[in-house]
Amino acid sequence: MKQSFDFEKQPDIAWCPGCGNFQIRQSLLDAFESLSLDKTRTVMVSGIGQAAKMPQYINTHFFNGLHGRALPVAVSIKAANPGLTVIAEGGDGDMYGEGGNHFIHNIRRNPDIAHIVHNNMVYGLTKGQASPTSRKGFITPVQVSGVINEPLNPLALALVLGAGFVARSFSGDAEKTKELIMQAVEYPGYALVDIFHPCVSFNKVNTFKWYRDNTVWLDETHDISSFENALSKAMSLDPFYLGVLYKGDPKPVFHTQLAAYKNDTRPLFQRNRNMRDVSSLLGV
Amino acid sequence: MKNKVVFVLSGEAGQGLQTVEDFITLAAVNKYHIFSTKEFMSRIRGGNNTVSITFSSEPVYANRDRIDYLFLLNNDALSRVSHRISADTKVFGESYFSGKTGEASFFDLSLNSLSKEIGILYSNTVLFGIIAGILGLSVEVCRDILSMHFSKKGEVIIANNHKAFDIGFAWAMTSGFSVRISPKKENGFKIKDCTEGIGIGALAGGCDFIASYPMSPGTGVLVYLSSKAEQFGVVVEQAEDEIAALNMAIGAWYAGARAMVTTSGGGFALMEEALSLSGITETPCVVHIAQRPGPATGLPTRTEQADLNLAVYAGHGEFPRIIYAPGDFTEAVLLIQLAFYNADSFQVPAIILTDQYLLDSRWEYIPFTPDVNLLERHITETLPDYTRYAFTDNGVSPRGIPGFGSGSVKCDSDEHDENGLITEDNHTRTRMNEKRLAKEKLLLDNFIQPDIRGKADIFIIGWGSTKHVIAEAIQEAGIEAVQVHFSQVWPLPANLFTTFETAEKIIIVENNATGQMSRLLEHCGIIATDLILQYDGMPFSVETLSIAIKEAL
Repeated sequence: MKQSFDFEKQPDIAWCPGCGNFQIRQSLLDAFESLSLDKTRTVMVSGIGQAAKMPQYINTHFFNGLHGRALPVAVSIKAANPGLTVIAEGGDGDMYGEGGNHFIHNIRRNPDIAHIVHNNMVYGLTKGQASPTSRKGFITPVQVSGVINEPLNPLALALVLGAGFVARSFSGDAEKTKELIMQAVEYPGYALVDIFHPCVSFNKVNTFKWYRDNTVWLDETHDISSFENALSKAMSLDPFYLGVLYKGDPKPVFHTQLAAYKNDTRPLFQRNRNMRDVSSLLGV
Repeated sequence: MKNKVVFVLSGEAGQGLQTVEDFITLAAVNKYHIFSTKEFMSRIRGGNNTVSITFSSEPVYANRDRIDYLFLLNNDALSRVSHRISADTKVFGESYFSGKTGEASFFDLSLNSLSKEIGILYSNTVLFGIIAGILGLSVEVCRDILSMHFSKKGEVIIANNHKAFDIGFAWAMTSGFSVRISPKKENGFKIKDCTEGIGIGALAGGCDFIASYPMSPGTGVLVYLSSKAEQFGVVVEQAEDEIAALNMAIGAWYAGARAMVTTSGGGFALMEEALSLSGITETPCVVHIAQRPGPATGLPTRTEQADLNLAVYAGHGEFPRIIYAPGDFTEAVLLIQLAFYNADSFQVPAIILTDQYLLDSRWEYIPFTPDVNLLERHITETLPDYTRYAFTDNGVSPRGIPGFGSGSVKCDSDEHDENGLITEDNHTRTRMNEKRLAKEKLLLDNFIQPDIRGKADIFIIGWGSTKHVIAEAIQEAGIEAVQVHFSQVWPLPANLFTTFETAEKIIIVENNATGQMSRLLEHCGIIATDLILQYDGMPFSVETLSIAIKEAL
């Protein structure tokens, strides 16, 4: 049975009017409903930032933890109870900056989670500083002469680390965003959806129009099973390609390879420790 | 007749000292009481490491400086132990040590020559034979230990080891060295190090998840639980950093697991923000901090009790926590087991503070069955109207988990309302803060009173790993004193001072430079007259501590 993840009474949403996050929220709600996800078995995990507030506005289980630390929490929730559908969501600063180390190493783990990153190339909640994906020359109150660092390329990075599903969307294309989220949730393994969206308050360069002008949706001629094609599309900055860049054959996921699941598939909380076995370790 | 004898093996990293220690302690545990400890350099090969094994007619649980039998196993083996030898020490080594051992008696012993016939690889087993011979251990027991240890290596290897053992044993017999202390009267003891104690205790506490980043001396617990992961169904993951480790443990608790991390002070410093996350989300966690000397990298393989303040004050904001500090194997098992139970019951972080000396020493204990009731999980099946942070009388809200019940479990690191939704309402903030802090009362209601022994005007206070060295130093000093051992170091009840009202002298003993526990006790009205502090990276010895205690009187 399809369940709505929306609220009967609209929550007090802390985003700025016109923020791309609203459209992403609608895509997410539609995706969950279309996937017939079970609210009692769906967990959203986030860090801190405007994007990371998303779980507050979706009516399901959530753990809204520390800035940058959504992935370790999401991965361990899935490992403790593999029957849950786990989605980690946050912004570019949260996931690629503060949480960069977790981004790298959790792709290596290949947990069966969907990783949704709102990428607006700026820090919103802290009022307009550069993010890891800000373009060179972007002027901010901190980077007063413009950003001098090379921007991070999250899609290329995810690909070379072995991510099985790598996609990019634009919040303005709500239906396509919904479809990519659905694919990511269904993909058995780590699945990244990077979502371009405008920050109407602090990014006057990468606007709604800028994204429209600088992005191109991949068409059916793009072979999503080809790593080389995916990488070349990920490396392209003019235009930025949208869609599924790569969908590889599923590989063994993190929790199925753990010793704890070798002889027992139950979630950890349903198991009982045998104290006799513990006592025998003590020589009883 | 002396009732204790101390054997020291001095050699280099990678030489297999620990294997010899394994063999000897296993072989002798039914005849003598044993305490074994080791100290080593932060390197993989070479340097100088020592293993000190005390054999005794009476129970023994502490480190001694004195050496009765010293075995020098490489050419660097003497300088770092020379201050521990006396006229009573018998030193054994290659002939080049002759004349360099001061007033101690020196005896030529070339393990290389003795093992030449079967191969130099067997020199450790020859040494085992020598020590077994000197101690008069059962040849049969020793041979069984070797057979067991090398069971996977095949008959030839086992036979060679037996042969090597016989060579050593025969050498001891012909050379006439023999220890004459009476065997112990009580039996039924086992001996293990506290790394295993923490690991077994974690299993007894229901631990089914550990994520950690390797850091000495805490890594052993991760290694131990890895070895039991399949049998006991423990998720074990080496995290990319300590920040991930504690966040993973918290995520696992959120999903219904009983999770822990093991680390040292430096790693825990990286976990502080996550400890605070555990505090505000009221998601339990268990943290094992294996202390070593800091600041920063400090002395990576040495011991200290200098992270008490770190544990007590770690994390931004205000939230309650429990901190236990075991003083031997049995306490290590029981306290980490209790840490899991209480973290779960009160939805707070629980910290176990150990140190390198405690973890790497081998302690006797009487086997026991841990309390099965402490495995009870404090989670609730949710209903559709479930609220994670419902206000209650004692501050503890029923804890639901995702996947168990029909409600939604909403946890937030932002200040939140009863539903887990972000709020900036000042009234709610005040109430939530008070709700979390109210749990401190529950922790104090469950405070583990200090272990108090003796009746006198002099009180000697310690915590954690100094428990037995203080007891044996008091005995060695031949004085009357009350020994007070704290195995719970936080929170401390305000009325603690009443215990000390009759004290004329209060001596506090700590393996740190600033007397961190003494400062915590000051807040409870307990003012030390003397502090005995050691912070050279080594544990107290019975001898140095008994002298320091006598000087303080």
